[in-house]
Order: sequence, then C-alpha cells, then structure tokens
Amino acid sequence: MTTNTQARVTIAQLDNNSISESFLRKGLRRLSRDYLTLTAIAILAIFTLLALLAPVITRMLGVDPTTTNPSINFLPIGSPGHLLGTDDLGRDQLARLLYAGQVSLGIGVAGASITLFIGMVIGMMTGYFGGFFDDAMNWVITTLDSIPSLYLLILIVGILSPSAGTLVFIIALIGWTGTTRLIRGQTLSLRGREYILSAQAIGASPWRIMFVHIMPNLISIVLISLASAIGGLILAESVLSFLGLGVQPPTATWGNMLTKAQTFFVRGPHLVFLPGLMIFVTVLCLYIIGDGLRDAFDPTIVD
Amino acid sequence: MIKYVIRRLIQAIPIFFGITVLSYLLMTAAPGGPVSALTFRPGVTPAERQRLAARLGVNDPWHVQYLRWILGDDWMRWDSDGDGVADQAFILPLDADGDGVPEPPGERRGALRGDFGTSFVARRPVLDVLLERVPATLELGISSLVIGVTVGISVGILAAVTRGQAFDTVARVMAVVFDAIPSFWLGLMLILLFGAHLHLLPMQGRCAVTLDDTCPPVYQRLEYLILPTFILATGFIGGYSRFTRASMLDIVSQDYVRTAQSKGLSNRTVWFKHAARNALIPIATFLGPTITSVLGGAVVTETIFSWPGLGRTIVAAVAQRDYPVAMAVTVYAAIATILGYLLSDVLYALIDPRIRFE
Repeated sequence: MTTNTQARVTIAQLDNNSISESFLRKGLRRLSRDYLTLTAIAILAIFTLLALLAPVITRMLGVDPTTTNPSINFLPIGSPGHLLGTDDLGRDQLARLLYAGQVSLGIGVAGASITLFIGMVIGMMTGYFGGFFDDAMNWVITTLDSIPSLYLLILIVGILSPSAGTLVFIIALIGWTGTTRLIRGQTLSLRGREYILSAQAIGASPWRIMFVHIMPNLISIVLISLASAIGGLILAESVLSFLGLGVQPPTATWGNMLTKAQTFFVRGPHLVFLPGLMIFVTVLCLYIIGDGLRDAFDPTIVD
Repeated sequence: MIKYVIRRLIQAIPIFFGITVLSYLLMTAAPGGPVSALTFRPGVTPAERQRLAARLGVNDPWHVQYLRWILGDDWMRWDSDGDGVADQAFILPLDADGDGVPEPPGERRGALRGDFGTSFVARRPVLDVLLERVPATLELGISSLVIGVTVGISVGILAAVTRGQAFDTVARVMAVVFDAIPSFWLGLMLILLFGAHLHLLPMQGRCAVTLDDTCPPVYQRLEYLILPTFILATGFIGGYSRFTRASMLDIVSQDYVRTAQSKGLSNRTVWFKHAARNALIPIATFLGPTITSVLGGAVVTETIFSWPGLGRTIVAAVAQRDYPVAMAVTVYAAIATILGYLLSDVLYALIDPRIRFE
C-alpha cells in the first residue's frame, strides 16, 4: 500500500516535470506564450484565406482581376465599387491583389517544399555516404554558391522564359544548397550514433537507414526552416517578376504588379504602395514565424 | 601564410571551371543557340547562314565549342607564315567545310583571356561594353559597403552593450524588417517620397543628363548617390548588426573580459577596447557573402534608379537576348565572389593565426 502511494506520487511529480513532457507539447507551450509569433501566424492565415477565397470575394464585390476599362483607370483607394482603386488599365486592384496572392504564396510554398525536399535528400546522401559523392556534390554546391544567385536566376529565367510552374522549379533549384549544407552536417553527426551502428549491424540497407532512421530526426529542422524558406522564395519571385522576368502578365503576382511602378508615381501612388506592402508583411510574418518556431522547438534551448 | 593562399587559390580552380561550364551550357540552352542572333539577320541567305555557322563552329562537338569559348580558337587553326591563310591546325581540321580551301585562322582569344566575343546589340567587344559600366557599379558598391558595414557594426556593438534595453530591441526588429522588406519596393517608396513629393533628391540617374553621357566627379553629385546607396546598404546592415551583436555577446562571457572588469576598468574600456576588438575578427569571414549581396543588390538598385552599372546591364542584356554580355557579367560576378571569399579567408587567417594551422 505504502509503496503504491509512493509510486503514484512519483508519477504525479513526473507528469508535472517538464522532462516527461513530449517534445511537441513543450514546443507548443513555448509557442503559446510567444505573442509576436502568434500574431504573425494569424496575419498570415488571414492573407492565405483571403487569397484562397479570391473567387468568392471578387464575385461578392462584383469585380474581376482581368476586366479592363480605360475610362476608369487610376481610381484612388475608396472609390465606389473599387475598394482599393483601379490600375492603369482600369482593373480592380483588390481583385488583382487577391489573385496575385494565390500565385505569390503558391510559388513560395511550392518552391520551398521542393527546395527542402531536394536539400534533405542530397544532404542526407552526402552526409551518409561521404567519399567521392560528397566531394562531387560539394563542388557543385560551392560552384553554385559562387555565382550571385540573382545573376544565375536572371540568366536561366531570361534564357528559358519559363511559365509559373517551371519558375517554381528554377527558383527552387537555386535555393537548395543552404538546406543541403545544414542537413549534411546533421546527418554527419547522426551517422556515428549507436542506433545507426546497430541498424547497420543487423544488415539494414543504406536507404533504409537514411529514410527510416535518420530522416525522422531531421524533419523538425526542415519544418522549422520551411517558414523562412517560403519567405525567401516569395522575395526572389517578386524581384524576378518586378524585373519583368518572372511570371508574365496577365497573371498577376505581387512582384509583377510593380513592374510599371515608376510610371504610376504621379497618378497612382497606391498602385506602388499596396503590392509591395503585401510582399513586405507576408515575408516579415514568415521570418518572424521562422524565428519563433526555432525558439520554440529548438531542443538545445532549455526553459 | 603564402602556402595557405596558394592552397586556397588552387581550390578555386575547379570552382571557376564549374562556373564556366555552367554558363556555357546555359548559353547553348538558349533558343537557337548562341549564334542565332548573329546568323538570323534580314538579308542573310540560307547558304550564307550555313557558311557563317561553319565559320563560327556551331556544328563542332560541344567540347570543342566550349574550348573555343573559354580558350579561343587562335591556337586551333593558325597562320604560321603570315600569308593570311591558315596552314597549321590543332583540334580543328584545316578545311572544316570540305570545299578544298583552308578556313581562315581563328581570331577569338577566349573568355579566359577576356574575350567574350561581340555584343549582339552594341556590335562591340563585350569587354569594352562592360568596362564602361564598371565605374558606376564600383561607385555605388563601395559607398554602400562603407556605409552599410560601418552602420551595421556600430549598431551591433551598441545593441550588445545595451542588451535587453530599448535600443537593442529596436535594432533587432529593424534587422528583421530590413531582411523582409523588398528592396525594390523600399526604393520605389523612397523615390516617391523624396523625389516625387518632397523634391529633395533626384529620382534617378547617376548625374544630371549631359550631352556626351559623362558625369562630373562624384563629390559634385552626391545627392544622386544618397538613395541608391541607402537601398543597397539595407541589404546587409541587418546581417552585420546581428552578427556583430552575437559575436560581442559571445566574447563578453569569456574569462579575459571578466578579468578586465574585475581589475576595475571602466565599462567603456572593457566593451570597446577589450571586447569589440576580438568580436570583430569573425566579421572578416563576412566579406565574401557581402560581395555577393552587393552584386545581387546592384541588379535591383541599378534598375530602379536607372544607374548605368553592371546590374542594369545584365537585366537589359537578358531582355534583349544579348547572351555574350549576360554570360560575361555572370562570369565576372562569380570571379568577384570567389575573390571575395578568398580575400575574407586570407584576411581571417592573417588576423587569427589559429585558422592557418587547421
């Protein structure tokens, strides 16, 4: 009886003790106190929702992102029927911002997923196999990193004139080197652990070890860097589109809505202000979320 | 030390090789290949086009074409007795089109010797076109580098000194804001504010328009430099301040700093004389990435401010499908980056002897 009570007390103590708390719950608890990150998540969720609901919202307001009407161009913010005004061709700016959000956010998410996937696979392979493959990939990575990425992007995009879908791949192909370095380092440190040795000892294949034993330990790092990666890719896409080399009109993105910005200075400053503000707020939220997730889920940080 | 530099230089060779191969493959991936813009001109008959293509070597195997691009073809087919007809050949056959008449000697000297061919648009050697643009980019790059690094490091040190206080918080928020703000949009907004509305600063250009396209010495037109320099500098102020702050906080927890404090030295002496000196050493490694960021930022900054430099040149070249110019800018940007990384490594090894012996 006494032993039983003692045992119960110990378990109760353990439950209150943070050591027994799961990694995920501890992270979520830290996150729930981080109001800056929570605000950023909320803003981003609203933006995403607005972009996804673009067809519904535009139908409700009776506007369309592609209908041009030169007689009502450069309407200011707050004009009846056009809440955020119209652009140089008389297209409704709110509708264009919403639809552009779909493209810009979509490219960011898709590109970042590809980047991180490539980075994880190649990083794991270079870290695990080492040897010639590692040296060869190192050479490729150092070479790619030696060309300022914007120059390489401009060159490839200018030569291939890609569609939005291809553009995602091109932007992603430039950005994977950083993730690869990160994952390679992590894999190197995991490779020598006992549980990997025991997996090797019972005859597990390298692929099984990589994808079943090593990958689960890398997922958290990759997911944490997802937010910042999406932010970086949205910035990259916006720069290319602004330069007129990214997504081509009539498809609107936040970047290519600014391509003609300099000709709008006098008649439509709101056409310059709003698309850039959308990029800025979105990327800022993503960077804050990235930092917040890192602080919340980094196992090396102790409460 | 010299050994270290030589070793790093040798390591750079395969990377340079990789860059040239990549650039070359990209150029051949362009629709119609690198010479289509030369051969597809009005008034060129199919027969002439064929002859031109044979002379330009479009039908040669790709590795011969790459060799010709990088090393030139003046040594592949040359004229040893000076009679204007090629009589010696290496790699290339003397009579490529098989008409019984030897081809003329090669004239290209190759990218490695600075010959990137002729600009399709300007119809002048690529190197001449680029050399005209270098001073403008250097002017902008150096001024933003000086200002960005000075501001970034000072803010970083002050943020570390005032850790947890208002200045530190503001500095850290600003660092994230500078990272997240699209520099082209910030530039546009500043032009809108200071140029279009307040009329305080010129909206674009390197100087007032002159008849012969030249600009007076830089100190006579500083107002043109203010906005572009600021925009380009924002690209790395955030990075430098964050890095300096972290480095400072790392140093002040070390024993020798505590010793200095316990000796009774003033806070000012401890922070700025003892801590800052060592905290700044790792910043040498930042030089390489900074050069990349200046070159990348120059593309955007020069475009929005109509600044006649290299960044604007590559955008225009790509838009006009002027591949030789675009290739050359990319290769030179890569060389600058490699040299930047090399310089920062050497600098680091020079300041911190531990690096040399690793």
